[in-house]
Amino acid sequence: MRLLAFDTASAAITAALHDGTTVLAEATEIGAQAHGELLAPTIDRVLRVAGVGVGDLTHLVVGVGPGPFTGLRVGLVTARVMAEALGIPAYGVCSLDAVAAEAVGSGTVDGPFAVATDARRKEVYLAAYDADGGRRTGPDVLHPGDVDPAVAAGPVVGAGAWLYPGTFADPREPRLVTGGWLATYAVRLLAAGEPLRDTAPMYLRRPDAVESAARKRVTQP
Amino acid sequence: MTADQPLVLGIETSCDETGVGLVRGTTLLADAVASSVDEHARFGGVVPEVASRAHLDAMVPTIRRACETAGVTLRDVDAIAVTAGPGLAGSLLVGVAAAKALALSLGRPIYGVNHLAAHVAVDQLQHGPLPEPTMALLVSGGHSSLLLVPDVTTDVRPLGSTIDDAAGEAFDKVARVLGLPFPGGPHIDRVAREGVVDIDFPRGLTSGRDMERHRFDFSFSGLKTAVARWVEAREASGQPVPVADVAAAFQEAVVDVLTRKALLACTEHGVDHLVIGGGVAANSRLRALAQERCDDAGVTLRVPRPGLCTDNGAMVAALGAELVSRGRVPGPLGLPADSSMPVTQVSAT
Ligand SMILES: [Zn+2]
Repeated sequence: MRLLAFDTASAAITAALHDGTTVLAEATEIGAQAHGELLAPTIDRVLRVAGVGVGDLTHLVVGVGPGPFTGLRVGLVTARVMAEALGIPAYGVCSLDAVAAEAVGSGTVDGPFAVATDARRKEVYLAAYDADGGRRTGPDVLHPGDVDPAVAAGPVVGAGAWLYPGTFADPREPRLVTGGWLATYAVRLLAAGEPLRDTAPMYLRRPDAVESAARKRVTQP
Repeated sequence: MTADQPLVLGIETSCDETGVGLVRGTTLLADAVASSVDEHARFGGVVPEVASRAHLDAMVPTIRRACETAGVTLRDVDAIAVTAGPGLAGSLLVGVAAAKALALSLGRPIYGVNHLAAHVAVDQLQHGPLPEPTMALLVSGGHSSLLLVPDVTTDVRPLGSTIDDAAGEAFDKVARVLGLPFPGGPHIDRVAREGVVDIDFPRGLTSGRDMERHRFDFSFSGLKTAVARWVEAREASGQPVPVADVAAAFQEAVVDVLTRKALLACTEHGVDHLVIGGGVAANSRLRALAQERCDDAGVTLRVPRPGLCTDNGAMVAALGAELVSRGRVPGPLGLPADSSMPVTQVSAT
């Protein structure tokens, strides 16, 4: 197995290569407005470091969000087009699930917890997990003030928890998705024969658009 | 066509059309376009987020359709070209990321090209090599520019552009005033054929003083307002609005200024070929008046067929193929999408 995973649903542009047993290479760049510039070179670097040719890839995995749309789509279209060009499958993983897998795997949580990431506009993307990292609710897009108080009072990982200390009393690491854990989580699902999502984005918000009303007059009535 | 000419795949996503074209040398093999225009109609204009979502979902099917039409596989492609700008930032980004994914997967060079230069280069697919220099008038919902083009791969010089609305935008807004559907261009063209030009609407930036300061610039905002005032005055007096006549008079005002300034530019710069591109180049009155005035001035007019004038992937592939065949340096995998890419920059570095 040569599985390439990447995520652009947050300020991190992150990619990793997994051989089914271990992460061969991983790279992360931070650049909230530069996903389009940074992703392809980051993937290129991961392949070189791992010593794996692009033609040897067997699986692609991409974080499908939720996350700010513009950056999110960079990852999704990259996965879909690479899959088409290479003739290999592309799978989607909820980006918050990858953060949850890292929290459980690295031991920053030891019971039920939530993941909150920055949804901008003073909102967070939020999902609740059990102690094993299984998603119980969400993801939803919420104002911090609307988060279930029981969830907000418990351990919450992700950058969203650190942004709103008035809401989230117990913020924990990690803050952003890492390619290594995204790959590890996907490999685990594949090995267990669990179905993976397709690469449809988790937007959670409708486009901002106002249907045009009657035409405006230029002369005063 | 010879098999040793480079096969270039071009991707265009600067606005609401997802275009993928395949060109070998100067031969068009495929031009697949998916449009989200129907999704924007109820908003009366292109909604950037709606367009970007549609690009994501249309990208792979459109690439597939282009390859099937051309009878090639992606592995046959020698180089990738993509619109790097100008255009809607979120839309450009989807196309640029798709192009990089192809370049990375296929191990091929990538060229991030200027949308406006691509509108000029596409004419090679229909009328053969571009004379050097060429004058180009580009008119669409997003741009209205007059360009002097000594070399479409390296040297594009802006002589003028709109200082407010693009020509196509004026068509959309006037169509709205007249109760015609979006996009307005084709509807105004259609109803204007039944109309008589007897209302004298203003010709923006053509007065003596403006011809000094804005010799090759355009302005359509005042015209749009004048049409709205005229229609509102009619409605206020309780008379019916002669839609066909208003459409015809408005259209005449637009194409009169466009062609007058384009021919003046040809004469003053000693250029004897004029290319017209962009969605508004499909306008039948613009084509007719441009032909008439070019004939009078001894200028050869080149207007690609309507499908090549609107935004499409073939134009990007056409410019990409020209860049490849002239040995121009490709861009890096990190090349940016630039929503305000200057027209003087033909390809991104
Ligand atoms: Zn255009």
